[in-house]
Amino acid sequence: MPNDSAHAAPAAAHAVSRPLVEVSMLEKRYGESGPPVFSDVSFAIQPGEFVCLIGHSGCGKSSILNILAGLEQPSGGTVIMDGHEITRPGLERGVVFQGHALLPWLSAVQNVAFAVRSRFPTLSRAEIREKAEHYLHLVGLHNALDKKPAELSGGMRQRVGIARAFSTQPRMLLMDEPFGALDALTRGLIQEELLQICARTRQTVFMITHDVDEAILLADRVLLMSNGPDARLAESIDNPLPRTRTRESMHHETGFYDLRNHLVDFLVRRSALVGKGEN
Amino acid sequence: MISVESRRAFFLFLALFAGLLLVWQLSTASAPPRSPYGIPQGNAEYQMLMGHAPGTTQTREGFPGPARFAASALQALHAPFHNNGPSDRGIGWQVGASLLRVAIGYGLAVVVAVPFGFLIGLHPVIRRAVDPFIQILRPISPLAWMPLALYTIRNAEGCGIFVIFICSLWPIVLNTAFGVGSVRREWLNVARTLEVSWTRRILFVLLPAAAPTIITGMRIGLGIAWLAIVAAEMLVGSSGIGYFVWNQWNNLSLSNVLLAVLLIGFTGMVLDGALAALQRSVTYAE
Repeated sequence: MPNDSAHAAPAAAHAVSRPLVEVSMLEKRYGESGPPVFSDVSFAIQPGEFVCLIGHSGCGKSSILNILAGLEQPSGGTVIMDGHEITRPGLERGVVFQGHALLPWLSAVQNVAFAVRSRFPTLSRAEIREKAEHYLHLVGLHNALDKKPAELSGGMRQRVGIARAFSTQPRMLLMDEPFGALDALTRGLIQEELLQICARTRQTVFMITHDVDEAILLADRVLLMSNGPDARLAESIDNPLPRTRTRESMHHETGFYDLRNHLVDFLVRRSALVGKGEN
Repeated sequence: MISVESRRAFFLFLALFAGLLLVWQLSTASAPPRSPYGIPQGNAEYQMLMGHAPGTTQTREGFPGPARFAASALQALHAPFHNNGPSDRGIGWQVGASLLRVAIGYGLAVVVAVPFGFLIGLHPVIRRAVDPFIQILRPISPLAWMPLALYTIRNAEGCGIFVIFICSLWPIVLNTAFGVGSVRREWLNVARTLEVSWTRRILFVLLPAAAPTIITGMRIGLGIAWLAIVAAEMLVGSSGIGYFVWNQWNNLSLSNVLLAVLLIGFTGMVLDGALAALQRSVTYAE
């Protein structure tokens, strides 16, 4: 896996500790003939790390996330989490879906409570409600507890989805372009909330995005995928900006523009060249 | 505040209703018979021959006009639950007997059809295997089963219930299967990532997700059941609203037939309204 040496400094600490998730030689193909969607994808995720995966559509980003979630089976390769191979969905991996995927007949708090009851089946009804409300408070939804998803705005729905994923206290959070459908203002607000929650809970996150600024704000490490078909994991770049970065001040940090230009360059030019060069 | 539109609709409704009564009144008003042989209208001898002599009372009951119908309906509804043996029971009693049959037959159909619909909705293989059977059985008129039912069940009451069961079964099965089969994949994925047990998945994800479709099937089934019960009771019944209609036809009491017909429509409307209310309570906005 090529590593960009210009941004490699904070990675030294990670290399020592045992990774939470190890993905090796992952491959996905639909049908027997034809090139795979992606192949030879290997990376590791350390505990507490926030990893973003960027790539153009069609490179199989979502497939990788679904394989990590256990919702899809790879055609080759393995995903090991805590020494166990991932073959099916599990509560230790929380998923925030691209479309919020809330159950529309349940209110916000009932949606979260459904997840809490699945994770803690022995709790009483009152304790479950209390926990569900706690996680909705965390994402700033204390005024909309009993509203149905249809009565909530897009941003609020996605917040409920995030609260639901956090409420099961997963070892790893998987997010599939969670803010793709939101307007820029709402997106910024939720990104900062997410950043704060993750910093507080030391949550391990694997997130898919196609927004370069979002990746720079949120990620400790950015994985870049080349274009499909037969996409590869082209680069893994550590984020040199301090973890205290915010959306407003981030572009004043040294190294911001280097990183941003590097990512944009990749998406515009090199993502198309990587696969061709190797073949 | 009632909207202008609904006020207009209400007045139009009243006008239509009044027009209907007027047409009814005019078309049933009894005029002295006209001779086809050119005998003058006022010929007393002809009128006497036709039973319209000035001194005699009219005994022939023609099609009742609104006034006569109202009077006889009031009388019939005055004691709707009287019971003087099988051929003289109140109309309320008869409707009750039909409703009881429908409740049993339809209730059985729901109990069988919903789980069966879940089974074929969740398993495409089973669905494809049983589909030919369903497609052949579904278009059969429930009354076509009657001889077979009479021969095998040998019990009029059981036959009526069977007819209701068999005709309301199919729409509920098909709608349940369709509703369960088209539950959004995302919601099932949520349940999978939360490691939800299959009982919780059925009760708290599939059932509420498919409930509006299932109840649509139940409404269709109940509509068909209420259509079929009248015909079935005409054939086998010794009670029920269908039997009542036929019995009153044999009595040549068209007023009572008309009353029963209206009551069948009204009861059907109430039944459908009840299910519509149930449907509204489980419908969700996405």
